Amino acid sequence: MLKEMFKKTSGLSMSERRQAKKGEHIRTKLDEPQIPDGLFEKCDACGDLIYAEDIVANYYVCPHCGHYFRIRPRTRIRMVLDKGSFEEWDEQLEISDPLEFPGYQSKLEHMKEVTNLEEAVMTGKGTIRGVPVVIGVMASDFMMGSMGHVVGEKITRAVERATKEKLPVILFTCSGGARMQEGIISLMQMAKTSQALKRHDEAGLLYITVITDPTTGGVTASFAMLGDIILAEPNALIGFAGQRVIEQTIGQKLPEGFQRAEFLQDHGFIDKIVERKHLRQILSLLLRK
Amino acid sequence: MEEQLNAWDRVLISRSAGRPTSLDYISFIFDDFIELHGDRYYGDDPAIVGGLAGLNGRTVTVIGHQKGRSTKENIRRNFGMPSPEGYRKALRLMKQAQKFNRPIICFVDTPGAYCGIEAEERGQGEAIARNLYEMAGLTVPILSIVIGEGGSGGAIALAVANEVWTMENATYSILSPEGFAAILWKDGKKAPEAASVMKITATDLQNLNVVEEIIKEDQPIGIDNIEEITADMRNKIEAFIKKYDNMTPEEIVKERYDRFRAF
Repeated sequence: MLKEMFKKTSGLSMSERRQAKKGEHIRTKLDEPQIPDGLFEKCDACGDLIYAEDIVANYYVCPHCGHYFRIRPRTRIRMVLDKGSFEEWDEQLEISDPLEFPGYQSKLEHMKEVTNLEEAVMTGKGTIRGVPVVIGVMASDFMMGSMGHVVGEKITRAVERATKEKLPVILFTCSGGARMQEGIISLMQMAKTSQALKRHDEAGLLYITVITDPTTGGVTASFAMLGDIILAEPNALIGFAGQRVIEQTIGQKLPEGFQRAEFLQDHGFIDKIVERKHLRQILSLLLRK
Repeated sequence: MEEQLNAWDRVLISRSAGRPTSLDYISFIFDDFIELHGDRYYGDDPAIVGGLAGLNGRTVTVIGHQKGRSTKENIRRNFGMPSPEGYRKALRLMKQAQKFNRPIICFVDTPGAYCGIEAEERGQGEAIARNLYEMAGLTVPILSIVIGEGGSGGAIALAVANEVWTMENATYSILSPEGFAAILWKDGKKAPEAASVMKITATDLQNLNVVEEIIKEDQPIGIDNIEEITADMRNKIEAFIKKYDNMTPEEIVKERYDRFRAF
């Protein structure tokens, strides 16, 4: 009886379920508001079954164990900005395929379809308690939030426009790093985004980064670490090198809590760890003149 | 010779034991190099060297990744894989160059930034990010020359330059071909194939506008021809510096911005 209330995939982990989703051709697009598919959702961390409604009401944080579900750009924007204030910028830019890498263009098309996003970042302008901000939110489910030309270009354009319009910038990062399929051109995005932020800085404008799980590689080594104020979500994985690569390099296991937000705060690289439910309020306080 | 060598051949040449390192180029191209040590925060990273040198009567700041020329030295220099202190030392010297209005010449030769526990604890990502950010604002001309391996973020942290040149047998890439093959094809052994599609050779990089100039190596640079090749490089570097004598600091910064903005 109760079993019938669950979706047939409820025995799978979230990631397996995502895979299953990708297999289906055109499922109902993941339109907002983003509600989990079943009546119940299984927490990745504690394995408990939770009422989907409770997850949503609790800012996509497991009410049992406090695990942070990764959230998608539109959900994040809805949580942080004033209702109806978001105006998206540069929604569609021409794709770049400098290596003419086999299968890359069709992979991008597929990702667009399954994620209902144009790329791994969404940028635009909105207000937080009436204060205008430029915002960028990365999407971990679009090719692991990796940065190629389009991601770098969207962020750069957003920052340049913020400089011109004298607005603060808030970037939510989550990324596996540079996008391999675009080769060296992806690497160049690190310099391109960083230099745009330098100009924004020289104009005396505020830049806040909110680092979310996971943020690694070329994104950590560029705009994620350049905020005037750097916030992070609890337990977010943040680092330059991937954990497996480090383990292989040094031939030993990594200590508990290594590269988590708390670890970075202890080592002096993060201003503050902020719970999701307090984020909008903290941001609005930080935006005070 | 470029016709006969494929991308993987060049990867192997760029990493080969006898290939000149930054200190070799520095000693041939410049006069009276004085090495300056330390980041003033934590330590001195032997994987990056830097200091002052003369060039035709003019003082310049020279910085480079430094691999070892023997196994023992390689261990001390961590195979040219810098720690955050290395990048912070480089930035300190670059800011000093700006203060005294000296051009900056960087030599790039690293498999990548070091992947270790201490490097993460001390902010490897922050150190690289800070270099990209601060280099973008420097008001003196910067030239970066890729002499061996240009490995990813570890390389670009010394290459936000007005011009980037490369040796004919150097490579510059998002990741090692081994890493690229492991990530995209789940098979690190396909590195030679990866090298062929990654566009990492001098010619590929020039076609992508990632480098402005290729320094020819009729034979892979080594003890027999380094004098001849570096004599030519010295002339080219002098000409590079001269170009900026009549440019304002704003023009120099703008040129660099526009260069990277185009990607």
